[in-house]
Amino acid sequence: MARIIVQSAAFDIAAEITRMADEAGTDCGAIVTFTGLCRSEKGALTALELEHYPGMAEEEIGRIAKIAEDRWPLDAVTIIHRYGKITPGEGIVLVLVASAHRAAAFEAAEFMMDYLKTHAPFWKKEHRTDGQEGSWVEAHNRDDVALGRWQD
Amino acid sequence: MKLVYFSWVRERIGVPEEERDLPDSIHIVADLIEWLIGHGENYAYAFENAQTVRVAIDKKHVPHDAPIGNAREIAFFPPMTGG
Repeated sequence: MARIIVQSAAFDIAAEITRMADEAGTDCGAIVTFTGLCRSEKGALTALELEHYPGMAEEEIGRIAKIAEDRWPLDAVTIIHRYGKITPGEGIVLVLVASAHRAAAFEAAEFMMDYLKTHAPFWKKEHRTDGQEGSWVEAHNRDDVALGRWQD
Repeated sequence: MKLVYFSWVRERIGVPEEERDLPDSIHIVADLIEWLIGHGENYAYAFENAQTVRVAIDKKHVPHDAPIGNAREIAFFPPMTGG
């Protein structure tokens, strides 16, 4: 059962790793973490504001984690996704995967990120340094291509 | 029927959500979009490239040809940009 959290507050990566190591037990040999950060786009942005669909965000991330748990032998999964205003350098998303061996943990983490990018109901709006009205970040075709790698 | 909107779909329509009584002629998502477009320029603008707008029925992704059935909540939003 994955630990899925959608919150506005920042997350503590070290605390999440410790928590997972305790939970996964002594046969767990690998914990992989991925952290997605807010970029400034070379100083152009003061923040990204993330809108989300409450309820569906948690459900969809849960579905994503379930697919990964069915596909790889995982001991534990944690996904934390933030919403609200996030400044450059801050974390937006945190994925942790525990498994007996690293290959499954790396693959599952990458799969869940690819899936999350295209399926989890979050939208980023830019806040600009120059004070102009920021635009909504457009979805990238490369994210669909990345997801396609897992469909075989 | 509760309709909810996110991101630029919400901004273009001008409200985050609304209640609508749908006519019996609406069977699938595409019918609903067509019907909404007839309700004003704001809807026409939001759905000007209707095929790019994503849809969820009761918080699950569905294609535009999905039947509406006994849906309680239908959401419209752009392609997602989380992560």
